[in-house]
Amino acid sequence: MLKKSKLHGEFFMQGDIACAEGAIAAGCRFFGGYPITPASEIAERMSYRLPMLDGVFVQFEDEIASITSILGASWAGMKSMTATSGPGWSLMNENIGLGMMMETPCVLINVQRGSPSTGLPTSWGQSDMMQAKWGSHGDYGSISLCPKSPQEFFDLTIVAFNYSEKYRLPVFILTDAIVGHMTEKVIIPPVDELEIIERKYTTKKPGEYLPYKVEKDMVPDFAKAGDGYRYHTTGLTHDERGYPVMTEECQWKCVPRLVEKITKNADNIILLEERDVEDADVVVVAYGITARTVVPAIEAAKKKGIKVGLLRLITVWPFPEKRIKELAQKVKGFVVPELNLGQIVLEVERCSAKYVTTKSITHPGGGIHKIENIVKAIEKVAYE
Amino acid sequence: MKEQKIKISGFGGQGVILSAYIIGKAASIYDKKNASMTQAYGPEARGGACSSQVVISPKEVDYPLVDNADVLIALSQEGYDKFISILKKDGILLYDSDLVENLKHSSKIKSNPIPATRVAEELGNKIVANVVMMGFFTAVAKMVSIEAMKQSIQESVPSKYTELNMRAFDKGYNYIKNLK
Repeated sequence: MLKKSKLHGEFFMQGDIACAEGAIAAGCRFFGGYPITPASEIAERMSYRLPMLDGVFVQFEDEIASITSILGASWAGMKSMTATSGPGWSLMNENIGLGMMMETPCVLINVQRGSPSTGLPTSWGQSDMMQAKWGSHGDYGSISLCPKSPQEFFDLTIVAFNYSEKYRLPVFILTDAIVGHMTEKVIIPPVDELEIIERKYTTKKPGEYLPYKVEKDMVPDFAKAGDGYRYHTTGLTHDERGYPVMTEECQWKCVPRLVEKITKNADNIILLEERDVEDADVVVVAYGITARTVVPAIEAAKKKGIKVGLLRLITVWPFPEKRIKELAQKVKGFVVPELNLGQIVLEVERCSAKYVTTKSITHPGGGIHKIENIVKAIEKVAYE
Repeated sequence: MKEQKIKISGFGGQGVILSAYIIGKAASIYDKKNASMTQAYGPEARGGACSSQVVISPKEVDYPLVDNADVLIALSQEGYDKFISILKKDGILLYDSDLVENLKHSSKIKSNPIPATRVAEELGNKIVANVVMMGFFTAVAKMVSIEAMKQSIQESVPSKYTELNMRAFDKGYNYIKNLK
């Protein structure tokens, strides 16, 4: 039996460290990683904390080994995690696909910085929003969560582990260098007050159990390694036994379910925060740190008499298209500020194009938007 | 109480980030307000330009960055030059008077010099210069209580240096009396 984390109380804690503590509270006992600014503090904290809890921390030679190790640890029954930034995420993409195909619960943290390539190592960006969705080849459903503060980084890391176990997939947290390196009050409740979802193991007997046979919830049950079950898993298209079957029929059975287990559960996965959205003419759609840095612009626009609300995407993937479509039929338009040259705005446009205009406010990272630029965009959408 | 915004600037290794951490923790955990601390630094481990910022507020902090500061703490000439323009017209400037010598700000700014590094050297270790400055800040700006600051420092420095840090804090805190 793994010892439970005893850490609880009120802390003045950095975002990255809060993430590590959230992972520990969720029961993560394996971390495989390679340090990279601005995510290194997560690895540092895990290297210090995991040995105290009979967990395992390994610093690998690179990010490819890191992602592979957490997939293996998960198959051995551990809750596992890695953390990186854009350049490391690029390297992880291939095995993210493997994790999706094998339906492997684990958590990947991306503390985003200015990109592309080495970009701005110590500065800010939200550059990997689309890479997280489309980075690995092929179709698969995925979940990405965007915390706005150290407290939420703690909370959402637990949610990420819960989703990963419930829906059997690698779950992503896409934060940014500001939140990762921001220090604020973090309240950690006693571990028995947290809602922790554990892995769903089969109740079938060896011989009756099939690794990829799904029943009503679209998610196959695990068998415990070492309990005598015959097991096979692979990145190849596979049947219910987990054996490779390279036919069109098997591809139809195997792949659409990977997408649908997420899209059909979207209402249970999507988390949103709304401020003054109900009677708004203009809705600002933002996520992560941008949902905070945009607040002075929203207040300035309100002073000018514009009814403007904020829709904060806590879950970015699956994209909350239902809510955007509902709002699109009521509002004059959307404003989407992001620390990239326009990524999530494409989704907002896709969902709202039939009804209203959407204005993209871009920024390549390394700083934040000028407040007056956002106010101007809100005015344009409100009056045009 | 309105939001109070503090910017600290200097070189990596001077304790610029730890100082903001100490202020933020004092305000947030011990004075029971809300505080948000952020930081900016380059790829260098030591010696590069470095800054940190704290926003203290009675309510939850939305906007965590400091674009117009109520207080600027300058621990280097470069830090002063870079950030003096974001200090409010009637803001409070605290600076290490041995390290910041070329001043160019208007007389409306409340200017408070202290030779923090020299004071720390006289105490036996210049590494506590930032804590001398924290004491000075506590006395001059009156944004965080002295009890909260002392508790925060005790919780934030290695225990074998607690006593040295407390002496450094007191030196800085009492330095204001010398100005009067």
